[in-house]
Amino acid sequence: MNTSDRSGVIAAIFTFMALVFVLRLGQIQLTTSEWRDYAARLTEEREPVMASRGLVYDRNGELVVSNVACYDLMFTPRMARNRIDTLGLARLLGWEPERLIAEMDKARVYSWYRPSIIMRQLPPEEYARISGELWRFPGTWAKTRSIRSNLEGLATHLIGEYSETTPKDLEADPFYTLGDFKGKSGLEGVWETQLRGKKGVRFHMVDVRNNYQQPLSEGRMDTLAIAGDDMVLTIDRELQRYAQRLMQGKRGSVVAIEPATGEVLVLVSSPDYDPDLLVGPGRARNYDSLLKHPGKPLFNRALRGTYRPGSIFKMIQGLVALEQGVIQEDSRIYCNRGIIGCHGSHTQDNLNEAIIHSCNPYFHEVMRRMIQTPRTGSHFEDAAQGLAIWTERVKAFGLGTDLGGNLPGAKSGFVPDTTFFNRVYGKKRWAYSTIYSLSIGEGELLVTPLQMANIAAAIGNRGWYRTPHAIRNLGGKGKPPGSDQRIETGVPSERFAPIVAAMEAVVAAPDGTGKRAQIEGLTVCGKTGTVQNDPDLEHSVFMAFAPCVNPQIAISVYVENAGFGGTWAAPLAALIIEKHVLERDSTAYPDREQRILEAKDPFPRHD
Amino acid sequence: MRRQVTIIERIDWITVGILALLAFVGWINVSSATATAESVEWYSLAGKQGKQLMWLGICSLVAIAVLNIEGEFFIRTSLLYYLFTVLMLIAVLAVGKKVGGARAWFGVGTFGIQPSEFAKSGTALALAWLLSRSDGKLRDLPTRFKSLGLIALPVGLILLQPDAGTVLVFGGFIFPLYREGLSGNVLIFVFSALVLSIASILTGASEVVYPVLGSGSGIYLLWAILAGLGGTAAALVVRNTVPRERARVRWIAWGSCAASLAFSVGIHWGLESVLQPHQRERIHVLFGLDVGNPDADYNIRHAKAAIGSGGWVGKGYMQGPMTAYEFVPEQETDFIFCTIGEEWGFLGSSVVVLLFWGLLIRLIQIAERQRSHFTRIYAYSVASILFMHFLINIGMVLGLAPVIGIPLPLFSYGGSSVLGFTVLVFILLRLDAERFTVLR
Repeated sequence: MNTSDRSGVIAAIFTFMALVFVLRLGQIQLTTSEWRDYAARLTEEREPVMASRGLVYDRNGELVVSNVACYDLMFTPRMARNRIDTLGLARLLGWEPERLIAEMDKARVYSWYRPSIIMRQLPPEEYARISGELWRFPGTWAKTRSIRSNLEGLATHLIGEYSETTPKDLEADPFYTLGDFKGKSGLEGVWETQLRGKKGVRFHMVDVRNNYQQPLSEGRMDTLAIAGDDMVLTIDRELQRYAQRLMQGKRGSVVAIEPATGEVLVLVSSPDYDPDLLVGPGRARNYDSLLKHPGKPLFNRALRGTYRPGSIFKMIQGLVALEQGVIQEDSRIYCNRGIIGCHGSHTQDNLNEAIIHSCNPYFHEVMRRMIQTPRTGSHFEDAAQGLAIWTERVKAFGLGTDLGGNLPGAKSGFVPDTTFFNRVYGKKRWAYSTIYSLSIGEGELLVTPLQMANIAAAIGNRGWYRTPHAIRNLGGKGKPPGSDQRIETGVPSERFAPIVAAMEAVVAAPDGTGKRAQIEGLTVCGKTGTVQNDPDLEHSVFMAFAPCVNPQIAISVYVENAGFGGTWAAPLAALIIEKHVLERDSTAYPDREQRILEAKDPFPRHD
Repeated sequence: MRRQVTIIERIDWITVGILALLAFVGWINVSSATATAESVEWYSLAGKQGKQLMWLGICSLVAIAVLNIEGEFFIRTSLLYYLFTVLMLIAVLAVGKKVGGARAWFGVGTFGIQPSEFAKSGTALALAWLLSRSDGKLRDLPTRFKSLGLIALPVGLILLQPDAGTVLVFGGFIFPLYREGLSGNVLIFVFSALVLSIASILTGASEVVYPVLGSGSGIYLLWAILAGLGGTAAALVVRNTVPRERARVRWIAWGSCAASLAFSVGIHWGLESVLQPHQRERIHVLFGLDVGNPDADYNIRHAKAAIGSGGWVGKGYMQGPMTAYEFVPEQETDFIFCTIGEEWGFLGSSVVVLLFWGLLIRLIQIAERQRSHFTRIYAYSVASILFMHFLINIGMVLGLAPVIGIPLPLFSYGGSSVLGFTVLVFILLRLDAERFTVLR
C-alpha cells in the first residue's frame, strides 16, 4: 500500500467513527422515547394531592366521623445507598434491628428508586418524637396521611371500616396509590366514590436527591383536589350513644326507625369494637383477635343477624288472615292444646285476646284456614295455592327482602314459599300439617332485627312503611336515589285496630308480658318475643312503637340468651323510647336504667 | 519584522477557528453544567465557569507565546521536553495527590496539574523527532523498538497511577506509526483483537447458562470453536493452495488460531483476575450483562437519559433538568457531552461531533501538506490523540464504550486538560506556518 493512501485510511476511520456517533445520537434522541421518558421519570414527580374525605354527621348536624392526620415513615433505598445507620434508626423507632433490616430489604426488593412504607400510620405524638432525628437517616422521611376518627365509636358497624388498600385494590382501581386508604365496609364502603372526592395533582421537578425544585410547566398541569361529599346520617347521635351504653355487656341489637320517614335513628350491634383497633400498626393482630372473639364483635347483628320471629309474627298472621277474610275481628277460636301447646288460662280468644295471650292454637287454626282453603279438591294443591298467596302477603310486610334502603350488608331473612317446600318434601308431598309451625313464627321463617323494627313501623303507620335508610343527605344532594320509597303492606289501615289495641294492652295491662315497657304519659304499643334457642337460654325480643297515634319511633330490641322478651328487651326499648319521644335528658325510671346497665352476659337461667 | 507578518499570515486560521469555537461552546456548556438552578455567577472566579474562563485566557496567552517560538526550538528540545514529562510522571507517583483512586495530580493550591496531559505532547514530539531522524523509515527493527520504547515508557508510568483512560489515548500512536510505514496488518490485528475481546467477555460472563455446558463455561465453547476453526482453515486452505505455499499457509492458519486462543485466554484471565471489581463491572455493564448491582449502570443510564431527552433541538440553554439538578455525574468534566445533548438536542450535538470531525480531517490535511517529516509525524500524533479522546469520551456517554474518565478536548472543565491540548495543537500550528520556509 502506498503511504499516501494511508492518510485516506486514517481519515476514513475518523469519518466512520463520527458517523457512528451521529447515528447513535439519532438513535437515542430521535427514534425512541425510551430515554426521554426515563429522564422524565427521574426529573418529574407527580405529587398526588389528597382530597379531604367527606365528614359524617348525625341527623342534627353533630359530627360523628372526622379526619385526623397520621404519618407513614417512608424509605427510598437509592437515597440511602446502603449507608444508613440501621441500628440507630431501629433504636429510634423502638424496633428490633432485625425487623428494620427485614423491612428495608423488602423495600429494596420492591424498588430501588421508589419509596416504600416501612412504618405505618404513626400517630402525631409519635411522629413528633422521631421527626427531629430523621435527617440523620438518609432516604427516610415522613409522609402525612389522613385517617378516620370516630371518637365515640358510634355506629361503627353501620359506618364501616376505612383501611389501607390491598394490592388487589390497587390493581382494580388506578385511583389508589400505595398506602392509600379506602372504605372497605359499611357506608364507608358503599359510598366510597362519593366520600373520597377527587385527588388533585401537582407536578414537580426534582433534583437527584428527590427534593422538589420547582413546579413543572409553571404549574399549568396541576389540578386542585376536590373534597369528598359530606354525609349526613339519619342516626341520632345522642340516642345512638345511649342505646350503645344500654347494650354494653350484652349480645344483641337495637334498631330504631322513624315510622313516618323510614329514617334509621339507632342501629346498634353489640358487642361492637373500637374502630381505632383496625387502623395503624396493630391492625392485623387486632383484626384477628376480633375475628376470634366469641361475641363476634365484627358481625353486624342489626342488619345481618337472622332469628326466628316467634310470637311477634302472630300480628302479621292476624292482619293477613283478616285481609284474607278467614276470620273477623271478633271471631273466636277454641284454644285446642291437643295440636300445639299454649300458655296461660284462656279458652275462646278473639284476635285481640289471642295476641295478648299469644295463643298458639288460635294462630294454628287461622293459618290452617288460609293454607287449606278448599279450592281444587286436592288437599296438596290447595296447600300449594294457599301458601303462594300467604307468602306474597307476608313478604309485603318487608320480610324475605333486604328492604332496599342501601343499608350495607342487610340480609333478607327467609320466608319459605312453595318452591322451597317442593324442593324439601317434593311436589304434592306436603300440606298444612307438614308446615304448621310457620303459623306461630317458628319453622323456617327468619327475620332480621331491622325487619322487625320495620314491622313495628308498618303497624304504627297502619299499613305502610318507608324503606329504612341511614343517609339523610349526601353531598348536599339529599337522600341517595331509591332509598326512600313508600311501600304498602296491602292491608288497609282499618284492619289494624285490633292488633294495635292488643299491642297497647301487652304493655299497658297489669299482667301484660310487656309491662316493663310502660312509660308514664306515653302510650307504648309493643309485643314481646321469646326466640327458642335450645339448649341455650332464649333470646329476649321486644318490638314496639310509640306513641300509639302518629308514632315517632318504631323499635326492635334483641338481647341474646337473656330469657323472656318482657324481662330485658322490653325495659331496654322503653328507655330509648322515653328518651326519644319525651326528649328527656335523663330517664324518669332510674331503677329500670340501673337494672339494664348492670345486666351482663351471661344472664341467669330462669325456671 | 517582515518575517513575523508572513508567519501570522500562514497560520492555519481554519484550525484556530474550530478550536476557538469548540472552546467557546465548551465553556458555555460548562457554565450550564455547573450552574445551580437559580442563577449563574458569570463574573465570579470562584465558580467553575469563572475558573474555566480564566484558564481559557491563560491558554490564549500560551497559544500566542507558542506561536512566537521558532519551530526549530521544539524540534531541538523535543527529547528534553519528553524526558521532562517522564520525570514529572515519576515525580507524581512519589509526591502526587491521590484523586479518585489514581495518583495523577500535583496539587498547587486549589489548582491541580496533571502531568500525563503534557506527556501526550512530549511523546508526540519525541516520536516525531525519532522517526524523522531515521528518515521516516519504520522498516528497520531498531527504529521500531525505539519508537515502541518511547511510547511504552510513559504508558508504563501512567499505568502505575493507574489511569486507564490516558493509557488508551496512547494507543492512538498506532496511527502515525501506520502512516509512517507500519504494516497495515497492524490495524487488522487491532480490529481482530477487539472482536475477540468482546467475544471473550460475553462468553466468559458467568450469567449465561448454556444448555449442555452449564453456566460460566461459554468461554470454553469459544475456545473450542477457535481451535476447530484453525484446524478447518488449515485443512481447507492447504487443499486449495499451490504446493509451494502450503507450509506457509498452514503455519499462518495454525499460528493465528493459537494466537487468538492465547489472546482470548489472556483477556478472560485479565478480566477475572487482574482488573479491579469496579472496572470489571463497568465492562459488564457496557455489554448489558447483569452485575447484580442496581447502581452499576447509574452513570451511563443517566447520561443516556440526559442526551435522549434532548430530542431534535434540545430543551434550550440552561433549561435541561437532568443537568440543572445534577442527575448526570461529572457533568462538567467527563460527561460534558450530556449537557450538549440535553440542552441542544440532536442538531447541537451533531454539530459538535462534526466540529471535532472537521478538526481531525483538517489536521490530516495539514499533515499531508508538510515537506518536513517531523511536522507530518507530529501532526498525525496530534490528530490521533484528539481522536482517541473524542472516541472514548463520546463513545462512553453514548454507551458505546465502557465508563473511562477522560476529558473531551477543549470542552471539559479542567485547566491541565485545556492547557495540554492548547500546547499540543499550537506547536503544530507554528510548525505548519513554517512549512514553506524550512526544509527538513
